[in-house]
Amino acid sequence: MLKIKNLHAKVGDNEILKGLNLDVKPGEIHAIMGPNGSGKSTLAAVLAGREAYEVTDGMVELDGTDLLDLEASDRAREGVFLAFQYPIEIPGVSNLNFMKAAVNAKRAHQGQPPIKAKDFLAKVKECSSLVELDGRLRDRSVNEGFSGGEKKRNEIFQMAILEPKLCILDETDSGLDIDALRVVSKGVNAMRSPDRAFIVITHYQRLLDHIIPDFVHVLSNGIIVKSGGKELALELEAKGYDWLKEEQNA
Amino acid sequence: MKGTEEENLLSEVTEKNYEYGFTTEIESDTIAPGLDESVIRTISKKKNEPDWLLDWRLEAFAAWSKMEEPEWAHVTYDKPDLQSISFYSAPKQKKVLASLDEVDPELLKTMEKLGISLEEQKKLSGVAVDFVMDSVSVATSFKETLGEMGVIFCSLGEAIQEHPELVRKYLGTVVPQRDNYYAALNSAVFTDGSFCYIPKGVRCPMELSTYFRINQAGTGQFERTLIVADEGSYVSYLEGCTAPQRDENQLHAAVVEIISHDEAEVKYSTVQNWYPGDKDGKGGVFNFVTKRGICHRAAKISWTQVETGSAVTWKYPSCILKGDDSIGEFFSVAVTNNKQQADTGTKMIHLGKRTRSTIISKGISSGESQNSYRGLVQIHPSAENARNFSVCDSLLMTDRCGAHTFPYIEVKNPTAQIEHEATTSKIGEDQIFYCQQRGIEEEEAIGLIVKGYAKDVLNKLPMEFAVEAQKLLTISLEGSVG
Repeated sequence: MLKIKNLHAKVGDNEILKGLNLDVKPGEIHAIMGPNGSGKSTLAAVLAGREAYEVTDGMVELDGTDLLDLEASDRAREGVFLAFQYPIEIPGVSNLNFMKAAVNAKRAHQGQPPIKAKDFLAKVKECSSLVELDGRLRDRSVNEGFSGGEKKRNEIFQMAILEPKLCILDETDSGLDIDALRVVSKGVNAMRSPDRAFIVITHYQRLLDHIIPDFVHVLSNGIIVKSGGKELALELEAKGYDWLKEEQNA
Repeated sequence: MKGTEEENLLSEVTEKNYEYGFTTEIESDTIAPGLDESVIRTISKKKNEPDWLLDWRLEAFAAWSKMEEPEWAHVTYDKPDLQSISFYSAPKQKKVLASLDEVDPELLKTMEKLGISLEEQKKLSGVAVDFVMDSVSVATSFKETLGEMGVIFCSLGEAIQEHPELVRKYLGTVVPQRDNYYAALNSAVFTDGSFCYIPKGVRCPMELSTYFRINQAGTGQFERTLIVADEGSYVSYLEGCTAPQRDENQLHAAVVEIISHDEAEVKYSTVQNWYPGDKDGKGGVFNFVTKRGICHRAAKISWTQVETGSAVTWKYPSCILKGDDSIGEFFSVAVTNNKQQADTGTKMIHLGKRTRSTIISKGISSGESQNSYRGLVQIHPSAENARNFSVCDSLLMTDRCGAHTFPYIEVKNPTAQIEHEATTSKIGEDQIFYCQQRGIEEEEAIGLIVKGYAKDVLNKLPMEFAVEAQKLLTISLEGSVG
């Protein structure tokens, strides 16, 4: 589904990704771990098409489509979803209207007519119960005055509504208490399907107790230095990242 | 439903030119450019006015002749050469029109282009439209329905003929002839406008609306509107305008007066979309308008405006809260793009006891435009326990535009409660990217964010206007982030 080859990217003069390779197949969950500054969030931003990040080399394909060639909004319509580490507030725009605009943008892209109000509301009801998002939050302005946990739940709610092919979770666990973590994970797990893939970026093993990855990759200094199964995350939790650096240097 | 709307919006956004930039070819009855006493006599005569009105005009002209064009507003422009303007331009037509069939087909076509076909309006929206093309009203609908309730809604010219006692009683009582330079000019040379009278206790069953349009190249437009709501009555009045594209600047100096008697309520909503000039600031309408209302006991006046057009605007819809327990409201969204300049706001003059006023002003500046809020809240010694709440927010779309706030607060009674909030923010790249990541294109994202920002004001508009206003906001800000 997603093929990343030799990806180089920089912000300003600062090269952050230095030849990253990753292959994600439908149905898989890949966890990306690594120390601060290793390039995890940059990878998310580059995949989503944030303008400040300049890709200098390499390629990224989603089901054969060259993602790097597309605007951010077109990537989203092609099925790339990024759950933000810090979700953005948009005052005066109701969460529901925001989602409706997004759903219809995607439908227009696929040559479908706008969604019927009844269908949309049914979808909203289904998805909000998935992450225990109450009606009050659905009707309020996008993320405005939401707590940290509510914002993260709202991200997963939006993800559920938009039914993306590729879901990228950028440190979705940061700032979550145990209960919120459980709710968010439940939502993600419910969305697992044979034709959907996840990239879960996290610092901590604890998220991976709830969302069990098929693969764990360690990102360090802009490249993946080690890949393994879910047990790799446990090893990292126990030993930290330093031993990897030593292994690399050896 | 909503989705189709947004799509339509998007496609309109991609059309770059000012979309109402067309002119209608109609034979006009235009008098030679220039201004002196004889011009005023000619206008008055052409309109078959009574002597008292001619005298009133001449008084205004005498006062105006001694006045200087004001320069205190935060705008710069080349002062219009009044001697090159023709002060009267009326579409030529046969006598009085009994039905739409008699209206010049060219005029009807113009109305259709504007999307306000009278027939459609009649059937679909229940809005009585008094369409003003240049200066003379050509069609009035729903007159009979309104007539049965005693509501008078007609052109001011017609009112002068048929209800002279009402016009004489109220004309100039809120905006006196010598109020300011452009109000005085308007008083001297106004050609037409709308008149509206709601009798005691009558709740006007439909939104009254007037569309203004400058059609004749080089014709200044001097509209004058007079709205009288008698005791305990209610009326909602809509005014919207579009103007054809012109290279030279066009002057628009209107006066609106509202009298809201005891316990009456008047809602006055405007969508202003005069030609703003091109990207380099060439052309565009000068919009120098005086709008003011007076509230008697427990009366209320609400001004709601969405200002997107004009090259230069100065406009301060105001309320004189004379009666005890009266209420004044001002809700405004002012958008400026490219080289536009707007200096707009309100005055709330508290005279009566327990008078209350609310001001919500949302400025949006883009391109290299300058957008100023200028407001006065004045609490007089007689205004025991008066209250005011003001919010003025500014949103900047680029780093080349300017947003300015000039709030004046004068309190002469210690029991007053005044609250003033102001914010300035720049539209966030983060917000736009967040929308894009959900599949919403940049232009639409900007529209969404701006509509959200202006929501408190847009919500105050009647339904008929809300959609048009949202479109205008998006269209006016097209391609404006930088």
